[in-house]
This record gives sequence, C-alpha cells and structure tokens, in this order.
Amino acid sequence: MNDSRAQSISRWLLTALLAIGSLTIAIPLYFTVVTALKSPSELRGNLWAPPQDPAWSNFSDAIETTGFFQALGNSLLVTVLSIVLVVVTNSLVGYAIARNLHKRLYRGLFVYFLTALFIPFPIVMLPLVKEMAFLGLGNLTGLVIVYVVYNLSFNVLLYVGYMSTVPVSLEEAAMLDGAGPFATFRHVIFPLLTPVNATVAILTGLWVWNDFMLPLVLLSDQAQFTLPLVQNVFQGRFTTQYNLAFSSYILALTPMVLIYLVFQRWIIGGVMHGAIK
Amino acid sequence: MALPAAALFFVFHTVPALQGLFYSFTDSRGYGSWDFVGLDNYVRLFQDGDVLDSYVFTLGFAVVSTFAANIISILLALALSANIRFRSFMRSVYFLPAILSVIVVSYIFNTIFSTGVPQIGKALGIDWLSTNILGSPDTAWIGVVIVTVWRYCSTITVIYIAGLQTVPEDVVEAAHLDGASAWRRFWSITVPLIAPFFTINILLSFKDFVQVFDQIVALTEGGPGNATQSISFLIYRAGFAGGEFGYQSANAVVYFVIIAVLSAFQIRFHRRRETAA
Repeated sequence: MNDSRAQSISRWLLTALLAIGSLTIAIPLYFTVVTALKSPSELRGNLWAPPQDPAWSNFSDAIETTGFFQALGNSLLVTVLSIVLVVVTNSLVGYAIARNLHKRLYRGLFVYFLTALFIPFPIVMLPLVKEMAFLGLGNLTGLVIVYVVYNLSFNVLLYVGYMSTVPVSLEEAAMLDGAGPFATFRHVIFPLLTPVNATVAILTGLWVWNDFMLPLVLLSDQAQFTLPLVQNVFQGRFTTQYNLAFSSYILALTPMVLIYLVFQRWIIGGVMHGAIK
Repeated sequence: MALPAAALFFVFHTVPALQGLFYSFTDSRGYGSWDFVGLDNYVRLFQDGDVLDSYVFTLGFAVVSTFAANIISILLALALSANIRFRSFMRSVYFLPAILSVIVVSYIFNTIFSTGVPQIGKALGIDWLSTNILGSPDTAWIGVVIVTVWRYCSTITVIYIAGLQTVPEDVVEAAHLDGASAWRRFWSITVPLIAPFFTINILLSFKDFVQVFDQIVALTEGGPGNATQSISFLIYRAGFAGGEFGYQSANAVVYFVIIAVLSAFQIRFHRRRETAA
C-alpha cells in the first residue's frame, strides 16, 4: 500500500519535472512564433510578449524576399532524389557485400567504405569543390551525387548488418528458378529490406533536408539554393527586421515539423534502429 | 554491383581526400599557379596563433558539450523510459529539436541571446544576464554549447532510450526485491548493461561536436574576434574565401589525424571499460 502510493507520487513528480523541462524546448519556439508575427514597432518593445495584432503579412513578405517556394522546391527535389537513389543503390551495394564477405575483395571494399566515416569533411571539402566545378557538377545534380556517395559508408554498415538476418535459402530458390542476381534482388530481397530501407530513408531525409554545409560549398547559382542555405544568404538583408527573419525561419522549419507530426513514430523508431546497428 | 559504387566512391571521396593531402604540401591559393613547399605549411601551422586557438576552442567545446549533452540525455532517457503519464507525448516533445535544421535553430538563438535574454536580465536586474553572452570572447563559447546541447540532446536521448529498452526487466526486478536502492540498481546493473550505448553516443557526439560548423556560422561567425572559430570554420573561411587553399589543406590533414587518433583512443578506452564491466 505504502509502496504503490510512493510509486504513484514519484510517477507524478517525474511527469511534472519532465513537463517543466519541456519548457526549455517550448520557450525558444514560442519566442520564434511570437517574433515572426510582430510589426516592426513592436520589435522595440517587450520581446517576450505576444503580438498585439498578428502580422500575417510578414510571412508573405518573407516568402517574396527569400524566394521561399523556389528554395522549397530545391530542397524537396534534392531530398526526394537523394532518398530514392540512396535506398536503391546503397541497398544493392550492401547486398553485394553481405553475400560476398567470404571473398577478400569484398571484405576489403567493406573496410574501405567504413574508413570514410572517420574522415572529417573539411579535408575533402576544398578539393571536392574544385573537382565538382571542373566536372560541371556545381549544381543540384552534383549535390545529390555527393549525398548518395557519402551516405554509402554508414548505410553499408546498416544493410550488411541487416542482411545477416536474411536466410540465403530464399535467393537460392530464386536462382534455381532461373532468376539472375538483379532480378533476385528486386523481387526477393528488396521487399524484405523494408524495415532497414525505412530507417535509411528517414535518416537520409533528415540529414539531407537540414544540411547546410554541402549546399554552401557546392552550389553557386542562387536559384538552386536549398532552404537552410537561403536563410544564411538573406541574413544581411534582414539585419534588424527580426520579424521577417523569424517568419522565414518558421517557413523553413514547417515542412519538417509537419512531416514529424504525421510520421513521429516512424522517425523516432528510425533513429533508434539506426543507432542500435 | 558493388564495384561501380566503389568507383563512384573513389572518384567523389577518395580522390578529393588524396588531392587535399597533395595540396597540403603546396602553397596553392585554390586557383592560379602554385609551388611545392614541402612541410612548410605544417611547420607554420604549429606556430600559427589562430590555428592553435581554433584547436583549443574546438576540442574544449567538444569535450564540454559531449559531457553536458550525454549527462542530460541519459537522465532524460531514464525519465522518459519510466512509468510516467503522457509518455508518448513527452517523447514526441523532447525529440522535436532533432528534426530542426541546426543553422535555423542557431539563428533563432542568436536573436534570443542578443535581444531576448538581455531584456529579461535588465527587467530582473541580473547583471550577467543583461548582456549578449555571444558578444564577449569569454562567454561566447557558452552560447554555442547551450545551442548545441539544446539541439543534439534529442537524438542522444533517443539512443539511450533504445539502450534502456534492452535491459531485461527481471534482472532489475530481482535487484529491487533484494533491496537494492534505485541509485544502486542504476549503477551496478543498468549502466554496465547499456555500456555499448554509452560508447556509441559519446563517440558519435564527440565526433560531431568536433566538426561544429553550422552553429558557428549562425551564432558568432567565429567571433568575437576569433574566440569561437572552430577548426572546420577556419578551414572553410581561410581556405575558401581567404585563398589559403594549400595551407588550410595542411590544417585539414592535421585535423583528420587528430580526429582519427582521438576516435581510436576512445574506442580502446570504451572497449576496456566494457570488458571490465
């Protein structure tokens, strides 16, 4: 009796503590929303007070100034393409390596891909930019290529790990029926990879959508800039116009927040599974 | 299937990495003519105040942030794994920062630190809260740590939650029945069982924090002066815009070696700790 009352109290206490802790997350977000809806004169007043008259026009101003829809389109294009290509190609590579680990060449390839995980981007950054410019790839296409290639290291780890749980007998049956390796992969293996594909898709999507450094160094044409990059570019324009700047930030954050609200469980699950591997 | 991937990887990753190494022995500006200078760049690096400062800042920042973020995260993970009310909702709230773009978050906090917080400080009459902590070389790094911890705790927490889920309930139950206090249960049973998750989290978060870039761009641009100039930021700014292509490539090589050594060291340390437990 005593024990369960104590448990009930500690339960509520913990809940309350977490609720208070969540203020650390809520307050900056509150500040963001509130500032985005203020008129210029209110910016000189109490910054923590809600706006007198929500200035919804700030959003349309921000959209116009930063070319929001174009940047949104660029981000969407790069992210979707990257996810699709990553899932299709990285899984193939993972499959090839997993099924050939008994051969030295493939073991070597595996290690080769993994070592890149420890190479910090700055050492590759400067020469890569020159190389991409030289190949005429200083654009969204080049960006996608880099994302697909650079994700290989971590994803190969995920796929090889997962492949060890897929019995070889299924492929053998398919081969006996006359299917070649690609067909076997497409019809037998790939459908089985759905859980790890989901994890890879989510982790890739999160990274690519929010990435700032790669677009910053690789892209030169402003019309191709992605959402995070656009925020940086227009800082100079906004200077003290916090209301417009914050409207822009909210616009930039909203797509991911919406996706998160709908797909929360998958996203959190995806991150967890990625880590366990 | 794996070979074309390896070829692409070689072209877009290994080649630039090797080029970076090559150019580190030259005085290239990134364009135009250049000459071999042998180990000159490396010697200069060790005498360069700016470079040394950036290493001190970056490593110090990474250590403090890793420490703070992991301690807060494991506590959060414990709370979010306990039998609290609204657990799903709480987890969703606490994971939200993880889907937000780092640079946008940093811009938001920049404004909060420069205008919002000082307003509160003045209103409450608290001296040290009344100025922009990003404006002083002594306190700017704290601002960067705060933003980093705010943004990255979510992912780290989720990984610890995943780890805590692997702890078999009956073991903890048995200890509880044997009269072990919650504290004792945590240290003697839970911690050893989730040791690999500590390893992953500390390793990955340290590696990420050592490469801090987005936050610097949005919060301080390396300032005031050079107080918060991270290694990646210095390589980007001086190597790119500053025309110190060869010199910064040498910096990047040193950077890579240090990260590799620290990672290897950490892995050995954690391995030993894991087997001991």
